[in-house]
Amino acid sequence: MLTKRIIPCLDIKDGRTVKGTNFVDLRDAGDPVELGALYAQQGADELVFLDITATVEKRKTLSELVNKIAHHINIPFTVGGGISSVDDVSVLLQNGADKISVNTAAFKRPELIRELEKDFGSQCVVLAIDTRKEEDGEWYVYLNGGRTKTDTRCIDWAKQAVELGAGEILLTSMNHDGTKKGFALDITRTLATTLPVPVIASGGGGTMEHFVDVLTEGCADAALAASIFHFKEVAIPDLKRYLQEHHLAVRL
Amino acid sequence: MSLAIIKYNAGNIQSVLYALERIGATATVTDNFAQIQAADKVIFPGVGEASSAMRYLKERGLDQLIVELKQPVLGICLGMQLMCAYSEENDTTCLGIFNEHVQKFNPAKDSAIKVPQIGWNTIGDLKTGLFKNVPENSYCYFVHGYYAALGEHTIATTEYVQPYSSALHKNNFYGVQFHPEKSAAVGEQILRNFLSL
Repeated sequence: MLTKRIIPCLDIKDGRTVKGTNFVDLRDAGDPVELGALYAQQGADELVFLDITATVEKRKTLSELVNKIAHHINIPFTVGGGISSVDDVSVLLQNGADKISVNTAAFKRPELIRELEKDFGSQCVVLAIDTRKEEDGEWYVYLNGGRTKTDTRCIDWAKQAVELGAGEILLTSMNHDGTKKGFALDITRTLATTLPVPVIASGGGGTMEHFVDVLTEGCADAALAASIFHFKEVAIPDLKRYLQEHHLAVRL
Repeated sequence: MSLAIIKYNAGNIQSVLYALERIGATATVTDNFAQIQAADKVIFPGVGEASSAMRYLKERGLDQLIVELKQPVLGICLGMQLMCAYSEENDTTCLGIFNEHVQKFNPAKDSAIKVPQIGWNTIGDLKTGLFKNVPENSYCYFVHGYYAALGEHTIATTEYVQPYSSALHKNNFYGVQFHPEKSAAVGEQILRNFLSL
């Protein structure tokens, strides 16, 4: 049986992992290669490496780091942050990334998704969406690491991106990110039950129960978290055993 | 021992190379006929689309080369599918090493099952030395929208929508649908087993 996936996310700045609360107040949590290998060994199902500063600082490639990661880590990993062209992606895949995630650049030029799907296949194109629920009750797409609001609804953009060739959606709720009060179950469920591709839920995971909630009630195919893993608030082996006790299929 | 990875327009060649490095094996990525023919073992990787991959192989004569290889050959993912007789993916005639057909996953309309299958699934009914010391129902990493049906060459079975061939074997040819290069310790064991065949 296909399992639910647990995915630690390593936010990268200057070659080190960092994780902020609501995208500010960054804290240092170690060497990404070492940390990634440790997570792989503990039973993480995939890893995500996001260069969170890339969109602002226009830093183009993580290729050296990606190459190091690819040499050391024996599970699939996704790389994102500032990716805006077929060339960017080509370099990262050639250096051993399994998937890449696109966000702001794809929103500004949706055709990028089709180009990536055509050249590399939808299996390696992850669309990352940062979304926030506004007072009108709708979830809107935010760009540039959550700094720029758009008038596009999250579900509309997700549907369009999947039609263009996105193979997975990485959905981050800005309302929940950093709060450790649980994932955004409603929008996760909306996307996961509407779209024909897997949805990775991100933002708000604080306890093992939150993961059960988002993988059952939220219908997510995978759940992603960062600081709770980095600071050992939740250990991956414990989390996976807990999920199994709650009748979820996991890899142990 | 010399190990050749067939170079063609497929996507996971670096990953396979690095995975072999991690278990202490050195491989050459090549489309040179003499080098491939002289290798002790050949790996035929692949992430991509069937018809464009077959066209590429045919244009270079690699299709004939592969079917005539005598040493152990391991096809991975698309590589395994291309070793079958036929793929529904853009109506493609493949190499015909295995007579199994490759079909698209077709879950019921109201089903929550998503295509492609992405993630970790179990392999069972394991046969041949390729799975030596690999426990039944071990987890491997899969990414695919098409599958090889069960048949006489099936040496591992996985269930998604229905049971299908997650590995095939005939004579010196082996194929795995999952990605041993991304399947943690289990994948490393399978790669080691292939190297010791």
